[in-house]
Amino acid sequence: MTSLLSKIREIMVGWNAGRVTLPYPAAPAPTPPRFRGRPIFDATKCIGCAGCANNCPAREILVYDVCQEIRILKYLGRRCTYCGRCADVCPEGAITMSGEFENATPAIGDIEQRLELFMSTCQRCGRCFTEPSPLEQLKLKGYRFDDLEHDRWVFRSQGYLENSPVVDDLTIELD
Amino acid sequence: MLKNICQKMLRRSLWVYHANSGGCNGCDIEVLNVLTPYYDAERFGIKLVGSPRHADVMLCQGPAMRSTACALRRAYEAMPAPKLVFAIGSCACGGGLWHDSYSVLGPVEKLLPVDFYIPGCPPRPEAILFGVAAAAGLVDKKVAPVRFKQAEFPIPRYHPEHLRGRGELVVYEKAERV
Repeated sequence: MTSLLSKIREIMVGWNAGRVTLPYPAAPAPTPPRFRGRPIFDATKCIGCAGCANNCPAREILVYDVCQEIRILKYLGRRCTYCGRCADVCPEGAITMSGEFENATPAIGDIEQRLELFMSTCQRCGRCFTEPSPLEQLKLKGYRFDDLEHDRWVFRSQGYLENSPVVDDLTIELD
Repeated sequence: MLKNICQKMLRRSLWVYHANSGGCNGCDIEVLNVLTPYYDAERFGIKLVGSPRHADVMLCQGPAMRSTACALRRAYEAMPAPKLVFAIGSCACGGGLWHDSYSVLGPVEKLLPVDFYIPGCPPRPEAILFGVAAAAGLVDKKVAPVRFKQAEFPIPRYHPEHLRGRGELVVYEKAERV
């Protein structure tokens, strides 16, 4: 008897609460206004300064100069945390954090974005503009040689690291 | 391919087992949020089970780490075939922010064959639900790789090798193009 009463009470509670389940995959789910989703790179605005690549905490933006004029910027997005720092540092506003969150895919290469940028050079000599002082040359952001084939950064000190015994031990352990 | 597997082999319902191999618990909480009445995943037949031996799908959260690699591999081998692996979160998809740390091996696809990726840090409950629905063939995926090439701006260049001595003068041969 008590169990029947409790069942009836449960039905009443459920009736009063109404339906709370969101009809999500059938109907679109609006995002909050400050939601940060997938960053969208606008290639018409991008000047190729590589500020986003230098500031990405996950190091998911790679920049490579194939020649003097063409710079390739590749956003991989696999470990992107959508922190929005690339959009903050972009001087041209070429990166916008969109509200896209439906990024599920069977192939991880689907969320990749690749821009091939044309970098203009000095008309007179064809070389790039040099910075006036050596200190400013160190701060120059271009002319990085990331390894685009293996999707990784190439550090300047890699040759030193390869000779180091500690790092070799680490790679053996990983294999 | 994946759609066919899902529709033929796993027609009735997906029982999921969630394996956290060193994540920060953010994705765990979002996965549990999917199972609450608001985002009721049980209407698709998805049920969370406690043992990999009962599961069809493994939800991997967190990167493949050195300390948990062996356990994750054993949990995957304990699942009965056909089995699917979903990588949830940016740690499982790409190795996370600490991908170059000494204890992180990388994404879980280094250890297990991953069938579906749901990026995000953490992904929204809707994103996880979308991923599961896309894997089950209810909705289509929405992302595609973007490749853009800027039109090459026609700036003629000055090449010193085209300078030719002609009598006393030095003439640039391609002067009309500079």
